[in-house]
Amino acid sequence: MTLDLVIFLISSVVAVFGATMMITQRNPIASVLFMILSLLAQAVLYIQLGALFMGAVLVIVYAGAILVLFLFVIMLLNLRGRESLGQPSPPISLTVKYALAVLFVLELIMVVKSSFSSDVFADAGNPGVMVMQTDNFGAVNDVAVLLFQRYLYPFELTSILLLVAIVGAVILAQRSRDDDGPVDAASSGESEGKAAE
Amino acid sequence: MIDFSSVADNFNVIYPELALLIGAFAVLLLGTVKRFAGLCTSVAGLTALIALWLAVDQFGTQQSGFFGMVTCDAFGSAFKIIFIAIAIVTMLIAHRFMIVKQIARPEFYALVLISTFGMIVMANTTDMIVMFLGLEIMSVPLYVLAGFARRSLQSNEAGIKYFVMGAFASAFLLMGIAFVFGASATTDLRRIVADFSYIIYHSGLYMYVGIALILVGFGFKIGMVPFHAWVPDVYQGAPTPVTAFFSAGPKAAGFAVLLRLFMFGFEGVAELSSIFWVLAVLTMTAGNVLALLQDNIKRMLAYSSIAHAGYILIAFAVGGEDALSAAIFYSIAYAIFNLGAFAVVVLLETRSGCRSDFSELAGLSKASPYLCAVLALFVFALTGFPPTIGFFGKFYLFSTAVKAGFIWLAVIGVLNSFVSVYYYLRVLKVSYFDRVEQPALSVSYTPAITLVLLITAAGTLGFGLFPQKLLEFAQSAVFAFL
Repeated sequence: MTLDLVIFLISSVVAVFGATMMITQRNPIASVLFMILSLLAQAVLYIQLGALFMGAVLVIVYAGAILVLFLFVIMLLNLRGRESLGQPSPPISLTVKYALAVLFVLELIMVVKSSFSSDVFADAGNPGVMVMQTDNFGAVNDVAVLLFQRYLYPFELTSILLLVAIVGAVILAQRSRDDDGPVDAASSGESEGKAAE
Repeated sequence: MIDFSSVADNFNVIYPELALLIGAFAVLLLGTVKRFAGLCTSVAGLTALIALWLAVDQFGTQQSGFFGMVTCDAFGSAFKIIFIAIAIVTMLIAHRFMIVKQIARPEFYALVLISTFGMIVMANTTDMIVMFLGLEIMSVPLYVLAGFARRSLQSNEAGIKYFVMGAFASAFLLMGIAFVFGASATTDLRRIVADFSYIIYHSGLYMYVGIALILVGFGFKIGMVPFHAWVPDVYQGAPTPVTAFFSAGPKAAGFAVLLRLFMFGFEGVAELSSIFWVLAVLTMTAGNVLALLQDNIKRMLAYSSIAHAGYILIAFAVGGEDALSAAIFYSIAYAIFNLGAFAVVVLLETRSGCRSDFSELAGLSKASPYLCAVLALFVFALTGFPPTIGFFGKFYLFSTAVKAGFIWLAVIGVLNSFVSVYYYLRVLKVSYFDRVEQPALSVSYTPAITLVLLITAAGTLGFGLFPQKLLEFAQSAVFAFL
C-alpha cells in the first residue's frame, strides 16, 4: 500500500462520512460543520489529482467563505435546537424519491464502469470527446492562462452581470423616503441619527 | 507569459458598448449625490449619443477581438446601431412619464444603458458563452425595470413574473448550450459550422437535444408561441416606457441571436425549416386571434408583438440571405412604428387617471387631432397598409417566402394580416367615431416626446415611401465571418 492510496482512502472515507453526517444531523450548525469537513476532505482528493487550484478554491471559497456565511445566517436567524421533520411525505412523493435515488445509483454505476474501460478516450480526434490537455492540468498557471486570455472577455462580462444584479437588488429593496409616507420618514431619520452617533 | 499589450489592442472593437457601460457607471455614481442627480438624464443621453456615433463610425468594418470572443461583423454592428437608437428613444419617451408617475430615479437610465450593453454583447459574438452572458446582462436590468413602479401591484407582478419566467428560460438555454458543447466540444459557432457533419454523425442526438433546448430558451425571450404566456401580463404591468423598450430592444436582440444561431450556426439541420414553419404559423395566429379579445391597449400591443414575432419567424423557415435581410428589415421597421405607437400610449397615460383602456381613446380626435393622426399612421403601419414601412416590411418578408416556394406560409401570413386589421382599426374607430359625454382630457407635449413622435412618424412614412436606403442597410448587414 503506497502512501498515495492511504491518503486517498482516508480522505474519501472522511468525505463520505462528512456528507452522510451532514444530511442526518438535526442541528443546522452541526450540519454545516460536517459539510465543511466533507469539503476539506474533497479538497485533499482534488490536490491528489493534481488540481491544486480546485483544491485551494474549494477550501478558500466554499469552506472558508460560503459556509461561514451559512453559519452567520443560521446564527442570525437564531435557529437553535432541532428542526422538526414536519409532516410525513405522502406515498406518491416517496415513490418518486426512491425511483430517483435508484436512477442516480444506476447512473453512478454506469459512469464508474465507463471510466474504467478505456474506450472513452479511444478516439481522441472525435470532436465529441474531451481529452485532458496537459499532465498537470488544473494548476493555477493553466487556469490563469485560460481565464485571462481566451476567456478574458466572458470573465469580465461576468463581473458586469454581478454588478447589475447587485444594483438591481438594491433598487428593488431600497426603501426610499417618499415611498411610504411620514411614518417611514421619521423612522429613517431616527436610524440616520443613530448612524451619526 | 501573458502578453497584455495584445489584449489592449482589442478594445477598439467594443468602443460603442464600452461607452454605454462607462455612461451607466457614471449615472450610477452621480445618482448617489443629490446635487448631481439632475445631471443623470443628460449624462445618459449624451453617452448614448456618443455610443451611437461610435457605432455608426464602426459600421461596415469587419473586426474580431478578445481571442475570437467578439465578432463585430456587418450584422453585429448594424444591430449595435439599432439597439442604441432604441435606447435613446426609450429614454426620451420615459423622461416625463417617470416624473409624472413619481417613479423617476437616476438608476432607470443606468439600467437601460446596461441592458443595451448586454444586447450588443449578445449580438456581436459567435461564442455561446458570451451570448448567454450578454443575454443575462440584458435581462437582469429588464426584470428590475418591469418592477420599477414599486408601489404599483401590477408592476410588481410583472417584475416577478418576468424574473421567474426569464430564469426558467435561461435554465433551458444553458442546458441546451451544455448539450451542444457536449456533442461538439466547443461553444464557438464557427467551429461547429466547420465540423458540422462530423458532429452530427458522431453525436447527433445530443446536438439535436441541445438545439431544441436553445430554441426553447430564446423562444421565451422573443415571445414565441407556445412560450408566450408571460408577454401580456408583463407588457401590461410594466411602466409603459419600459414596455416600449421591451417590445423593441430585447425582441430585436433575441432575433439577432436567433438569426445568428439558426441561420448560421445550426443551418445544417434540415428539419429546422419545417419546425420554424409550424412555429411561425402558431405564433402569428395565436397572437392575432388573442389580440382580438383585448380591451386594454397595452395588452393588445403585447399580443400584436407576439404576432409580429410570428411574421419574422417566417424568415427562419425560408432561410437564405434574402430571408435574413428581410428579417433584419422587419425588425427595424417594427421597432420604429411600435416605439411610435407606444410613445402615443405613454403620452395618453400621462393624463391623470388613465390606464390605457380602449374607452379612454374616445373623443381623442377632437381633443388632440394631431396626436390622433400620428396614432392613425402607426396603426396603419402595424396593420401593414401602404405607403407605410409596415407594408413594405411585410411585402418583403412574404415575397421572399413565395420566391423560395413557401407559398402557403405567405398565404397564412397575409390572412393573419387581414385578421389584425380588425383589432388595429378598432383603435381608430374608438378615437374618431365613438361619442363621449365629456370631452377627452387633452395631452401636454414635451419637446422630448414630440421629437420621438416626429422621428418615428417620419421613419414610418419616409422609409415606407422610399425604402431603398433602409433596404440597402439591411442587405449590407448579412453575416460575414472572420
